[in-house]
Amino acid sequence: MTWEEMSPLLWEATGQTAQMVVWSTLFTVLFGLPLGVALVVTDRGGLLPSRPLNSVLGMVVNIGRSLPFIVLMIAVIPLTRLIVGTTIGTFAAVVPLTLGAAPFFARLVETALREVGRDTVQAAQAMGAGRWTIIGKVLLPEARSGLVAGLTVTVVALISYSAMAGVIGGGGLGDLAIRYGYQRFETTLMVVTVIVLIVIVQLVQTLGDTVARRLARH
Amino acid sequence: MIDVSGLRKVYRDRGREVVALGGVDLRVRQGEIFGVLGQSGAGKSTLLRCVNLLERPTEGAVSVAGQELTSLGRAELRRARQRIGMIHQHFALLSSRTVAGNVAFPLEVMGAGRAERARRVAELLELVGLADKAGAYPGQLSGGQKQRVGIARALAGNPAVLLSDEATSALDPGTTQSILALLRSLNRELGLTILLITHEMHVVKGICDSVAVMRDGLIEEAGGIAELIARPGSRLAAELFPLPDPAPGDVTITFTGRADEPVVSEVVRKFDVDVSILGGALEEVAGASVGRLRVRLAGGERVAALGYLAERGLLVEEAR
Repeated sequence: MTWEEMSPLLWEATGQTAQMVVWSTLFTVLFGLPLGVALVVTDRGGLLPSRPLNSVLGMVVNIGRSLPFIVLMIAVIPLTRLIVGTTIGTFAAVVPLTLGAAPFFARLVETALREVGRDTVQAAQAMGAGRWTIIGKVLLPEARSGLVAGLTVTVVALISYSAMAGVIGGGGLGDLAIRYGYQRFETTLMVVTVIVLIVIVQLVQTLGDTVARRLARH
Repeated sequence: MIDVSGLRKVYRDRGREVVALGGVDLRVRQGEIFGVLGQSGAGKSTLLRCVNLLERPTEGAVSVAGQELTSLGRAELRRARQRIGMIHQHFALLSSRTVAGNVAFPLEVMGAGRAERARRVAELLELVGLADKAGAYPGQLSGGQKQRVGIARALAGNPAVLLSDEATSALDPGTTQSILALLRSLNRELGLTILLITHEMHVVKGICDSVAVMRDGLIEEAGGIAELIARPGSRLAAELFPLPDPAPGDVTITFTGRADEPVVSEVVRKFDVDVSILGGALEEVAGASVGRLRVRLAGGERVAALGYLAERGLLVEEAR
């Protein structure tokens, strides 16, 4: 394959990967962040301790994390149809991607929030701050460096998950590598695709590290 | 100003009961600095945290500035806490906010507007001597500066009382003195009532008007400092002046406010006794000098000599 032949294929696949990752990252944060906060505040000694709720949430997160992504993607097809209206295509892939990454991100959020000292939370309570104020103005801002680090890891995982989206017609770089590189023996394209993926992951990780470090400086 | 009565706190730990407070009564008067002295594990930290209900007492009542706290609902308790300042051993500042942002936090909680927050923050930082550090982050400050931020933050709501949880224990001696001096001047100038807990005698000695000595979840003795030291068998005096255990017949003499009178030589002259000095010290406590002397008296009119010393207004304790 010549460069002229590969170039449009690569651009299209990169665009699809970007679309899947951006949308699923958005929804992962939307669901995973509150879930992670809920895991921390409902725990023993938390702001809103509730053992039953904490157990249920913990179980949901563990189930989400124990399913291999490729199985999850097939298993949630009915749900995907319900939400997106179709079960194939780039947008259809966003549903399983979010379901796969949100529990993972929730655990990372939990870890980051636990790093905030008990002292700091109690000081806020002693000043008369309510629970929502403490979550919004103490826990989340104090944990922001850890949250950004967790988000970076999650985005990298999403890029890797999205490579499997070809199975349900999601397209993307992983799909390109399998269809051309593996099934049509286009080794050059395979190698180029892998290089593009490595570069994207490097960029994401470096950006995440830089932001996290800047936030942690204080 | 602070009234605590019948306070008990029992923790349950895997079926076992741990008594942190075994029935404590405490009364802190308006405008005084009250110190609770005790080793770690004595229950003083639990006691302090019961005063703003960070810990719910198992039994007993807590009232601050005339308001009974244990019966308040959640919203009312939050409002009451806005009028009770607290400072912490490890400062507990928000590392993601600047100094000004930290001081503004309680004002945000109280719902103060932007302009009022800016005005108060400037005032408070001026008060603690950190006006030039408004834009710095806690990570860029020294321990003493962090505690000054903590104090400014605690004063934001114009509190009637300030609770201090080992506020100087993480600081070096010089910085400790400057923080204690700041607390003393806030107490004098703003009429701020301060309840502090500490395991350090020099904090009590330096700034407290009254003190309670705690041990095993109970208050062993409490009262004005001078009054406590002059009381026979005083724990405070024993801890303030560490002397070796007395042998039978040894006499401990405590002077309060008259350390410069030549009583020992008078006794020797008048009663023909031999005095050997076994130990002693002089301390500056709450602005007055207090001394304690361990002596052994022999010969002559020993009993009359001891009687004379007691008559002179000294506390004379004879070991048996």
